[in-house]
Amino acid sequence: MRTLLLVVALVLCAGVVIAAEQRVVLKEGPGRDKVEANCTQCHSLDYILGNSPFMTRQVWDAEVTKMIKAFGAPISESDAKEIAEYLTKNYGQP
Amino acid sequence: MSSRRDFLKATGGLVLASGGAWMASHAHGADAVMGPPELPEGMLSSSILEALPGKVPLIKKSWRPPNYETPISYFNEEFTPNNAFYVRYHLSNIPEVSAASWRLKIAGEAVATPLELTLDNLKNNYEQVEIAAVNQCSGNRRGMFVPHVPGVEWGLGAMGNAKWKGARLKDVLAKAGLNKEALEIVLDGADSGTFPATPDFVKSIPVWKAMDENTLIAWQMNGEALPHWNGFPARVVVPGWTGTYWMKHVTSINAVAKPFEGFWVKSAYRIPRGKFPVIDRFVSQETDANTPITEIVVNSLITNIVNGQKVTVGQPFEIKGIAWDGGYGIARVEVSTDGGLWWRAATLGQDYGRFAFRQWTFVANPTERGSITVMAKATNRAGATQTFELIANPAGYHHNVVQRVTLTVA
Repeated sequence: MRTLLLVVALVLCAGVVIAAEQRVVLKEGPGRDKVEANCTQCHSLDYILGNSPFMTRQVWDAEVTKMIKAFGAPISESDAKEIAEYLTKNYGQP
Repeated sequence: MSSRRDFLKATGGLVLASGGAWMASHAHGADAVMGPPELPEGMLSSSILEALPGKVPLIKKSWRPPNYETPISYFNEEFTPNNAFYVRYHLSNIPEVSAASWRLKIAGEAVATPLELTLDNLKNNYEQVEIAAVNQCSGNRRGMFVPHVPGVEWGLGAMGNAKWKGARLKDVLAKAGLNKEALEIVLDGADSGTFPATPDFVKSIPVWKAMDENTLIAWQMNGEALPHWNGFPARVVVPGWTGTYWMKHVTSINAVAKPFEGFWVKSAYRIPRGKFPVIDRFVSQETDANTPITEIVVNSLITNIVNGQKVTVGQPFEIKGIAWDGGYGIARVEVSTDGGLWWRAATLGQDYGRFAFRQWTFVANPTERGSITVMAKATNRAGATQTFELIANPAGYHHNVVQRVTLTVA
């Protein structure tokens, strides 16, 4: 309980802080490490959960491409392919 | 005694213990609180109520950048409390701006004398105006699109109504000597992306909208300083237009003579041309295919009843809601309690101005056991009304499909 009070006190003292980002445990599968390493550079992984499970391979591909082309994410071509595959299989539809 | 871990689990990760209590008072369950059943399954199951510092528990859509939605119960009041007002960011670097060191630069090729304002300058050197206006995210209700489209899968609460106070943008531009060459006014805030290659969130508005007497640089919201999460110490307020133009933590305003080329105007926040009954145009940014989103389309929300709620046969009950639009004002709200066969006028509440939420009430009297479907439809003074069928568009904007709430009559 003391730890809890300390945590609360610290957060309140800090004034405005960014919300603690909770670790999102993605489904096990090939490509998960690439998703975790690349996507989290710019955003939390709950974006993936929130956009599931309605996106097809084509739509996931377009999203990954947008992150690279429009938002400047430094993601290699091979990683991008693995990411889209993983997301379609685990958080999309065939 | 509960451990810290249990506490974090119970409150969804952050501070305020009131989160738990708040949820318990909502007898209709977590689903109704987290959003309508139409939202993507993954959005509903990953949503939690969580309080950002200075905020009450809101519906967490994403942690980084932070996107938090206002629970529907707050819309039973005409004005949305600052600590319950929704939060929307595109980029993850969000500095905490101090009032003392904040500066606002007014510059660009279409002003004669560039200015730099302190917060005191903004408050003391210009006439101060207060306007009640709805700030609604362009993508509010995106999560209810059929079929779903990618993006932040907002439910019903990516919006709020507040009294905004500050200086008129046109007065500040006049002081800087805005000239006739000005075509667009470019707005930038203190936030930025992770990588230098990430397009900074910069927006432009047509000069005529910037010169509208209702467009403000606001430093006060509902009588208080702006919360950090809503743009402290000052944001641009563009009444009638969607939230994308209401630049938070505004630090730079540039008057330019050519169409602004940034990603967030050229590529994002665009709607197909000719599909929506909107009047305001952003001509210098139009293409043959699409145009920047401009005014908020007329809409309404039923605020005090939820799907599956029980009512008693023969016992009249009140249905409450709000209606709003892009600044023409609400002409009427009609309510149906039989799934859309018959419509009757609701009673409109106090008018806080044409940009604000307009509350309405309607007394229904269920005469038979079974179920009833309640619908509400707002019409504005320009004659536009809500649609019964979704107007598809790739980014999921302008959802104003008439809502249906089904109640059990017992």
